[in-house]
Amino acid sequence: MKLLEVNSVSKRFGGLTANEDVTFTVDSGQIVGLIGPNGAGKTTLFNCVAGYFAPTNGTITLAGRDIGGLPPESCARAGVARTFQIARTFTSMTACENVMTAAMLSHRHVAAARKSALEWLAFANLERFADKPAASMTISEQRRLAVARALAIHPRVLLMDEVMAGLNPSEVKEAVDVVLRIRDRGIACLIVEHVLEGIMPIADKIVVLDRGRKIAEGTPQQVAADPHVISAYLGD
Amino acid sequence: MKTLLSFCVCLAAALLLPAFVDASHLNLAILVLMAAQLGVAWNIVGGYAGQVSLGHAAFYGLGAYTSTLLLIKFGVNPWIGTLAGGAVAAALSLAFGWSCFRLKGHYFAMATIAVAELVQIFFTEWEWGGGAVGLNVPMDKTGWAWMSFATKLPYYWLALGLLLVTLAVNLWIERSWLGFYFRAIKDEPDAARSIGVNIAPYKQIALSISAFFTAIGGSLYAQKELYVDPNSVLSTALSIKMALVSILGGVGTLFGPVIGAVVLTSIEEFSRIVFGGTGSGIDIIIYASLIIAVAVFYPTGIVGWWKGFARRKFANARAVEPSTKNASGGTGSNAVEVAS
Repeated sequence: MKLLEVNSVSKRFGGLTANEDVTFTVDSGQIVGLIGPNGAGKTTLFNCVAGYFAPTNGTITLAGRDIGGLPPESCARAGVARTFQIARTFTSMTACENVMTAAMLSHRHVAAARKSALEWLAFANLERFADKPAASMTISEQRRLAVARALAIHPRVLLMDEVMAGLNPSEVKEAVDVVLRIRDRGIACLIVEHVLEGIMPIADKIVVLDRGRKIAEGTPQQVAADPHVISAYLGD
Repeated sequence: MKTLLSFCVCLAAALLLPAFVDASHLNLAILVLMAAQLGVAWNIVGGYAGQVSLGHAAFYGLGAYTSTLLLIKFGVNPWIGTLAGGAVAAALSLAFGWSCFRLKGHYFAMATIAVAELVQIFFTEWEWGGGAVGLNVPMDKTGWAWMSFATKLPYYWLALGLLLVTLAVNLWIERSWLGFYFRAIKDEPDAARSIGVNIAPYKQIALSISAFFTAIGGSLYAQKELYVDPNSVLSTALSIKMALVSILGGVGTLFGPVIGAVVLTSIEEFSRIVFGGTGSGIDIIIYASLIIAVAVFYPTGIVGWWKGFARRKFANARAVEPSTKNASGGTGSNAVEVAS
């Protein structure tokens, strides 16, 4: 079933075209990787889907509902959660309070929000940090905290921006493990990633962008063999 | 638990205080309570929600003027006038927020100064409202029914009661979803939006609640001093004092503004005694030095400094707790401290 449909989306900033006519879909329960060289327009496209930019042209629908151009908070309520390149932890709070704040979208009462937050912390292997100040956690832990926080709004699709960048191999493995368990919950994942070793083995589909355009789409094996992709990454 | 105990001790001291002090010290105690209440009210928007307003005197003045004008011109009971003043200030805060919340950070703070100045100029020019001369609050009806007394003691109870109510509202905010959303907006506005928090209305809610309680403090001031004019209730210096009480004590903490008010009001009165009340500006120099010292050395205020101090002390004793944000070292440094 098609969950997220990105249809002919273009985004221009004045004369600069960041995305041109990009089309792809994410099915429910699917892991889709969005890759491409630096400056390919991955993060811009991501921000269009999450509501931080309004697309110049094209439509974005979530389960049939048009969400293109809605502000981020409305996209979140519609079922789009996201994480950022930097963790953007709420530093005045404990880890649990970070997740509780997100859980409050559906549980206004603090006790109910805490119960839900503790479940998501456990899901991200962070329960031992629950009542510790979030700012004292490592980068890798804060990234997973951001994932737990995003999941606490009960999204239908989770957008992750470079969730594995800068992590060591064992931390990448832990992050991969979390992504797989997110899919097991029936939540679709759209992942922008530079760390190809992390994303290639787990993605159901890879979408490759270069200079704002989609140059390839398919299974990781198909994409890895595609001459366009190879030339985009290695140069002509 | 420890906080609750300290609060009970402080409350008991506040309840017993009038039995032990003379009239002038009682007046000082009232000033402390009133400054604390203003700091606590300011802290809702300036501390928890992180929107530093330097225009809160506008709300204070509106409260003072509304209750006084209603009493003088229409004979309205000050208790009703006080609530009306709160409502007027909360209503004005909508225009205040609509115009100023388009800006962020320092620009927001500067815009709030401008709006407050406009309000001050309006009241200075408004003849029906007393103009630059100000208004005298009549004392023909006294007693609790008319919130007007010949002695200081009842004002002490009023100021203490108002402070406790404002603290209770802050405590409720801190423990409810509002407090979580305010802190999220302060820490990371973009991340707050990503989890469904619509920022603009929440900033406005914080400002309106804060404006309401600031205005009630203004009405109490008018009833106590029996005189209001634009300079005494609408000046920028007053706005700065409300912010400073909170910043000195610790922004975004429940009792920070109370501690800040005790310290700041004492310094203010002390400098007045030592240097004379000749308008020499010494107190303002001390204010400025304090702002610089707090900003440079203890950005988290007295409460933040104390927490850091207590944590280091207990960490050495128990060798467990990790350090938090703003502590000088990261997570790793504790192990070193413990080992040494």
